[in-house]
Amino acid sequence: MKLVFEKSSPGRGMELLAPCDVPQVELAKENQRSSRLRLPQMSENEISRHYTELAKGAHGVNDGFYPLGSCTMKYNPKINEKAASLKGFTELHPLQPEHTVQGALEVLHLAEIYLCQITGMDAMTFQPAAGAHGELTGLLLIKAYHEGRQDGKRRKIIVPDSAHGTNPASAAMCGYDVVSIPSREDGCVDLEQLQAAVGEDTAGLMLTNPNTVGLFDKNILEITRIVHEAGGLCYYDGANLNAIMGIARPGDMGFDVVHLNLHKTFSTPHGGGGPGSGPVGCKDFLKTYLPGAGVGIWENENGKAYHLTDHEKSIGAVKMFYGNFLVVVRALTYILTLGKEGIPEAAANAVLNANYMRVKLSDVYQMAYEETCMHEFVMTLEKLKHDTGVSAMDIAKALLDYGIHPPTMYFPLIVHEALMVEPTETESRETLDEAIEVFRRIYQQAAKQPDYLHGAPYETPIGRPDEVTAARKPILTYRWEGQET
Amino acid sequence: MLRESGFESFDEMFSNIPEAVKLKVPLELPAGLSEQAVIRKMEEIADQNVIFKHIFRGAGAYHHYIPAIVSSVVSKEEFLTAYTPYQAEISQGILQSIFEYQTMICQLTGMDAANASVYDGATAAAEAVAMCRDRKRSRVYLSEAANPQVIQVIKTYCYGSNTDVAMVPEKDGITDVQALETLLKEDKAAACFYVQQPNFYGMIEDGDRLGAIVHEAGAKFIMGCNPLALSIMKTPAEYGADIAVGDGQPLGMPLAFGGPYLGFMAAGAAMMRKLPGRIVGETKDSRGNRAFVLTLQAREQHIRREKASSNICSNQALCALTAAAYMTAMGAAGMEEAAKQCMAKAHYLCSRLEAAGLHKKYGDSFFHEFVTVIPEEIPADSAHILKLLEEHGILGGLPLSDREILWCATEMNTREEMDQTAELVGKALSGASSEKGALIDEAGI
Repeated sequence: MKLVFEKSSPGRGMELLAPCDVPQVELAKENQRSSRLRLPQMSENEISRHYTELAKGAHGVNDGFYPLGSCTMKYNPKINEKAASLKGFTELHPLQPEHTVQGALEVLHLAEIYLCQITGMDAMTFQPAAGAHGELTGLLLIKAYHEGRQDGKRRKIIVPDSAHGTNPASAAMCGYDVVSIPSREDGCVDLEQLQAAVGEDTAGLMLTNPNTVGLFDKNILEITRIVHEAGGLCYYDGANLNAIMGIARPGDMGFDVVHLNLHKTFSTPHGGGGPGSGPVGCKDFLKTYLPGAGVGIWENENGKAYHLTDHEKSIGAVKMFYGNFLVVVRALTYILTLGKEGIPEAAANAVLNANYMRVKLSDVYQMAYEETCMHEFVMTLEKLKHDTGVSAMDIAKALLDYGIHPPTMYFPLIVHEALMVEPTETESRETLDEAIEVFRRIYQQAAKQPDYLHGAPYETPIGRPDEVTAARKPILTYRWEGQET
Repeated sequence: MLRESGFESFDEMFSNIPEAVKLKVPLELPAGLSEQAVIRKMEEIADQNVIFKHIFRGAGAYHHYIPAIVSSVVSKEEFLTAYTPYQAEISQGILQSIFEYQTMICQLTGMDAANASVYDGATAAAEAVAMCRDRKRSRVYLSEAANPQVIQVIKTYCYGSNTDVAMVPEKDGITDVQALETLLKEDKAAACFYVQQPNFYGMIEDGDRLGAIVHEAGAKFIMGCNPLALSIMKTPAEYGADIAVGDGQPLGMPLAFGGPYLGFMAAGAAMMRKLPGRIVGETKDSRGNRAFVLTLQAREQHIRREKASSNICSNQALCALTAAAYMTAMGAAGMEEAAKQCMAKAHYLCSRLEAAGLHKKYGDSFFHEFVTVIPEEIPADSAHILKLLEEHGILGGLPLSDREILWCATEMNTREEMDQTAELVGKALSGASSEKGALIDEAGI
């Protein structure tokens, strides 16, 4: 595929702007660029075809089954897009006077009360733009809380070894030392290890439940009690909320602060890596530390009006304005569509689909854990690799030839040769049956033709890329002929 | 399906969740709605917002022309509904689009490497600050003439990482160069200095001087830029910046009440491996063809965990695609034209507002934003002016105080609407004067 720069022809372009109707003003010489900007010169037709060609080399939820564990790649309803493209939202300047943005404030207000209801929290901020950004925000609330109580010795955040990489990375960004505690064999928190790890220096615990191996940690009340008794707070990583929304709430499990991934659980499209939205909810006692402005309501005889309020001991701001607002619009549209019955129903179907696939594959593939899973399950291909040389990577790459996006590979780190499968609730039984059939076929092939699988995929636009050379001798931009390197 | 999965009921399927934490009552949410009812409700909400026909407000969110092709490109569902391109074999389209975007950002900034985006211009600045800090150099300096929201976000990130922040004062609308020199001379722990170019007041900073002072002190120079202005302005690389950051919103993203926007980051070769987030690189595939992959991943959280350079995972990929499509459609000539029109129109608006009775607060060296002051003898305030404009469907500048307003003009504003705006401002000012005069007469003073 040619790069956009290789399709450029001198002198070509589009007529886009009306001519300037005021006198020209020159930048002072010392503030001008010394060389002209180099961008493609193309007609609209050429641009359109270029991106259509690129789109053919991309794979979205719309292109096929996407059981990418931990990422909740559910279908993105089109009505969300329609709502987010309403002019009343897209043309709104973020610094308009309050009385001219009442609709936008209503969006934030409704999203806050509904998501607080779903999580069991009391207040929420929409500033964080993604899950990891939410983690940073949530941990800053914890930091501000301890400092506000003059409890300066709490320097440590406890993170299970099964956690997402963002958890320890976020803790480090908040200046915390990370204490990694080993999980039990069943992937759940080891209460003895936790008890031994907590103390006067514990700032908090970060946990996702269901955990990263797809199991609900039954000891959750015990876990949060141990942390609270040591004076720490409990942070809920909402990556896996899809399994339990409307069934159980982090707030009722003893968590003090949560982040959500609206681009996972609440069906907003992932856009090839964002924009997402990672709102952070908290219990009342942490509300005063939230970043950005909150939305309040004034009611009087003339009706009600929304207004922005400052949080007294706010940590400041983690992003400009109100976060990825249009993503919140999409999530609100989704919640309004599903409603109180639809939300738990979606969770139940997500868990059912995962268990259905797990059961239908477990006579062939070795499951890392035998028990009932939540919305995702983890397989270990350690034995297969030992017997045939075929790795989790080989299986994943073979799936590409069938138009299936591979499961998450080599995560969580505590399972060797892991493949983590999350079908989501929006897949039909027929799709699951087809995928099961493909998984089984590839497994059989592993014994007979391991070399074939080592070379997979065969039907994709490119074969396996050389990642080592890419990192060793990085080429990060296009180089024009004759351009200095 | 339930039975085939080994359950008699959904309750049994959820039996791993202890009763003590299960919800006993249904969620307090409204009942689900049909698609038609949902869009009706969302339209009702959207209609509660006032959409201004004429916008003279910027301050970090800018109203620009968006070519029709841009929204057509970014609504393609293959891009819209894909995850981060971990599986390169089926993600070449997305990876290539990011590679093209990185190239364009390097073209704009003059830098050697760019990442695939961060959340917005403010978090880009905060991440850039983090790239410069180490054990020995732990204090960061920020120009007071930068966007206050950007300053606030940097401070919040620095609160997290226990980094000292020191402010460099503003003088006559730009960073006080002398003050910076004095501050840095005495500080061996200075990690970096952040300046915005053009700054919050629209003024063009003396980037060469600032850069020289910062490097003299052994610190890193970070420049926050307006990407559209970069099509005609001296690049951060030419000013000697080590890292260039900014908000890509002017490159094809609608105002959208503040987001999603786009944080771009670019660095010279020396700091390339400290950039946070995704980076796409070129390589070859097993068949010997050109291919693109996510690269230099050893920096990232999923590999390094607590030792990663940042925790960022999801970024603003679709916004990066938007920016790339915008820059491709506009071309260099189109971007230069848009930037020149912004500047010409802002200067025109400024002269008209001066003729109407407002004073320009700072000098003439501004791009597309400027500050006005209401002369002392006129008893009007900012709110008074802005209210009159609002009644005529005009969103005036951002009030900075009772008497100061930060205005912005872009290629979207016509001469006619600027003339009308100035006329209304004149009315507001003279109206206020005559009201005061009438009051004085009545009182018989």
